Amino acid sequence: MMLHALISGDRPRSRILTALLLAIFLGLLFAPFLFPGVRALETAARISVFILLAASYDLLLGYTGVVSFAHTMFFGMGAYGVGLASQHMGRGYGSLIVGSLAGAALAAAFAFLIALFSLRVRAIFFAMITLAVASAVAVLVSQLSSITGGEDGFTFQIPRALGPANRMGEFMGVQITGKILNYYVVFFCSLILFLVLLRIVNSPFGRVLQAIRENDFRAEAIGYRVVRYRTIATCISAAVAALAGSLFALWLRYVGPDTTLSFELMLDLLLIVVIGGMGTIWGAVIGATLMVLAQTYLQDLMGSAAEATAAIPLLSRLLDPDRWLLWLGVLFILSVYFFPAGIVGRLRAGR
Amino acid sequence: MSDPILRLQGVHTDIAQYHILHGVDLEVPRAAVTMLLGRNGVGKTTTLRTIIGHWPARAGTIIYDGADITGVKTPDRARAGIGYVPEDMGIFSDLTVEENMTLAAVSGPLEPTRRDRIFAAFPPLRTFWTSPAGTLSGGQKQMLTIARAMAEERKLYLIDEPTKGLAPAIVSTMAAALRELKTMGASILLVEQNFAVAKALGDHAAVMDDGRIVWTGEMAELAADAALQDRLMGLSMEGGR
Amino acid sequence: MTDAPDHRPTMAALPFADRLARAMPVLLVPILLVVGFLAIGNPSSWLTLTVSGLAMGMMIFIMASGLTLVFGLMDVINFGHGAFISVGAFVGISVVLGLAEWAQAPSLLLNLGVVLLAVLAAMAVTGLLGWAFERVIVKPVYGAHLKQILVTVGGLIVIEQLIHVIWGPDEIFFARPEMLKGAVTFWGAALEKYRLVAVVIGLVLFVAMRLVFRRTRIGLIVRAGVENGEMVEALGYRLRLVFVGVFIAGSALAGLGGVMWGLYEEVITAGMGEEMMILVFIVVIIGGLGSVEGAFIGALMVGLLQNYIAFLEPKLALISNIGLMTAILMWRPQGMMPVVKAK
Repeated sequence: MMLHALISGDRPRSRILTALLLAIFLGLLFAPFLFPGVRALETAARISVFILLAASYDLLLGYTGVVSFAHTMFFGMGAYGVGLASQHMGRGYGSLIVGSLAGAALAAAFAFLIALFSLRVRAIFFAMITLAVASAVAVLVSQLSSITGGEDGFTFQIPRALGPANRMGEFMGVQITGKILNYYVVFFCSLILFLVLLRIVNSPFGRVLQAIRENDFRAEAIGYRVVRYRTIATCISAAVAALAGSLFALWLRYVGPDTTLSFELMLDLLLIVVIGGMGTIWGAVIGATLMVLAQTYLQDLMGSAAEATAAIPLLSRLLDPDRWLLWLGVLFILSVYFFPAGIVGRLRAGR
Repeated sequence: MSDPILRLQGVHTDIAQYHILHGVDLEVPRAAVTMLLGRNGVGKTTTLRTIIGHWPARAGTIIYDGADITGVKTPDRARAGIGYVPEDMGIFSDLTVEENMTLAAVSGPLEPTRRDRIFAAFPPLRTFWTSPAGTLSGGQKQMLTIARAMAEERKLYLIDEPTKGLAPAIVSTMAAALRELKTMGASILLVEQNFAVAKALGDHAAVMDDGRIVWTGEMAELAADAALQDRLMGLSMEGGR
Repeated sequence: MTDAPDHRPTMAALPFADRLARAMPVLLVPILLVVGFLAIGNPSSWLTLTVSGLAMGMMIFIMASGLTLVFGLMDVINFGHGAFISVGAFVGISVVLGLAEWAQAPSLLLNLGVVLLAVLAAMAVTGLLGWAFERVIVKPVYGAHLKQILVTVGGLIVIEQLIHVIWGPDEIFFARPEMLKGAVTFWGAALEKYRLVAVVIGLVLFVAMRLVFRRTRIGLIVRAGVENGEMVEALGYRLRLVFVGVFIAGSALAGLGGVMWGLYEEVITAGMGEEMMILVFIVVIIGGLGSVEGAFIGALMVGLLQNYIAFLEPKLALISNIGLMTAILMWRPQGMMPVVKAK
């Protein structure tokens, strides 16, 4: 069973879940042909990247039981790595690779240092210290505008072959452009890295992480070096997040604080993982897909709902599309209380 | 033993996923010292912690002074007159000796007569009245724990290994203090590894093994029967250091 | 483990180096003042910066004190604490704006009256909110740090969004009450009046807190509870009630800090609490989780250092706090004054 090997034996274990995952996979694989249009492709690329980002976050939150608020910082490091490399070394594949690797290495190094300072004392230190460090880095990036473009960020050039100007003829009635090629680079890189993560969490290493999450005293007593395992998980998670950031920058051909470093993005990520299901990588797939789709299309719906209720002062304010986060926050709290295993957990339990 | 101060019936206690107490039945008579004996790890400390309410009993009932306290919270058990001296002593090391005593007198300021009696039993506490309790020596800390228990009128004391790791001179001070506690009319349930102390202080004895009470009787009877001791407690009991 | 039969307290036997190590955190603030003085070189600039650093530190301390105690007592880490800062600021500033006539009148009495009313309103609202927050958000997740962090972050989001719903999406600019504007000159240094007021309020609060902790039974219970809550319960105190009380008081203090910070900046946003939380966390970490005194010293250091560095090397100011935190954690991984946990 090649498929079985590819997903490292981690089956979805629920019919509905399997169907959903398959639909998402096929939808993303054939996105340029199934859903023509710029916005749809934009959404599909975003979903691919966020699945990877959320999966790397789940390695930390769900599998290791460590809360980090610096995940978007690592994401940003990869994005800025690609952006800065392309800007200074000129457009080209070399810049993309150097930028991605540099970003991933920097992210892993940062993660290592933060882990060193916080994890050996108490795991909750990690949450507070990552919050402080991530916000300091975000401020730093917006202040050092001569290098980073400040609040505005900057656009950069990627190889011509991946740009919209590269037209390669028609296939199945769709004009194949460099943009579509770019989409497939993003999609397949995300897919490969996702499978790598799946392999990691299902390896003996991943099982030790889960044992530590369940009971760190016991794991320590059995002889596992808890701090070392947590630190390694942190570094892997950070490096993968950085690579996801590189892919996102490649897709957008732009980097800026809002798309990579913002605290709101961090909250989105928390929501994706919690609502999708902590401690199962499949949860990241479901969560990220739902979240990006909702962000793209549900906000429109809220807008019309707010207009429809304009006469009722408080309600229309509550339904304002800008208050989107309010409802997500409520949903988030409720899911932590009532569905700690998220959508995937529900589907598996209801099998 | 009519109308004991405390009666446990079929008490089961779990700690996380571990089943520690497997149905403890125990009676603690009034105005006497009952020794709770047994090897390490048979559930003596867990029994005391279940009585004070730090760990909930999963099954069984705890009757204290005629009332069922199984569902009662720890502070209310304490207010009903149960005093607890844990194995780790539970000293507030950041607080002074005086502050420790002030807290121990739950129902109001520490009465001067009580304080004098405590000073008489443990002279060092007077000397270091205003020092942080964390700076006391191990023996002094143990004195403070007993003194704290004496700060308030309690009907039943649960005391966990009060002589653990103490020098012989202090062990005898401690034994004297416990005897005084008994003459004040209190009932005591005492966990003790030092058999000499147990023999000297105990009126009754209950021996535990594997989360159950396996023998109850008079302390004198147990002390006189070496074969019985050996069978019940093996080598872990020491003949007095 | 053998114990000497003599009853000498071990403290007298402490070598000088150990006693110095114990006193070190307390000495750090004066050391920082002196180093700052030497580095800046100009006494009047130094005085100005010191007052503004102390003012900032005091406000951060007021916000941080509740958070650190809540952690110390029940091992609860509240990421939503920042919401109380924002709500306090909005309620307080609404009072100031509502009583604009008093606030703009050139009368110290009326001005202070407005501020007092603003503070009382803010503390009442945030105290109540804290009570509700404890019941609804925190209580169901005792003992589970991961869930605590998640739901309290959720609570933070919801409250921040509700501020938008009630007060609108934009930041609010306003002017401080008339008599708190401007500065007084002292030894050639311009000292903003409001900063001096903030320093005084902070000091008074700190002294009052210390008195409560040293002289009252409830203070003793809290201190003992931070070290060994189980034993406090075994003595007969309902720690849970004490904790709820501390949670409410801590929330009200965060609200007070929010009003003070709002008056300091003369602008308030729904996200201000979230921003302040970063400094609050740094202070709580370097002070030692659960230690009020540690938080006080940490807050003063953060405030002073930030102001000194901003003057000496503005670019470094952004990361001075992270640098301070790194240095302190390298020296003491548990923070300056770690709380002894008996468990």
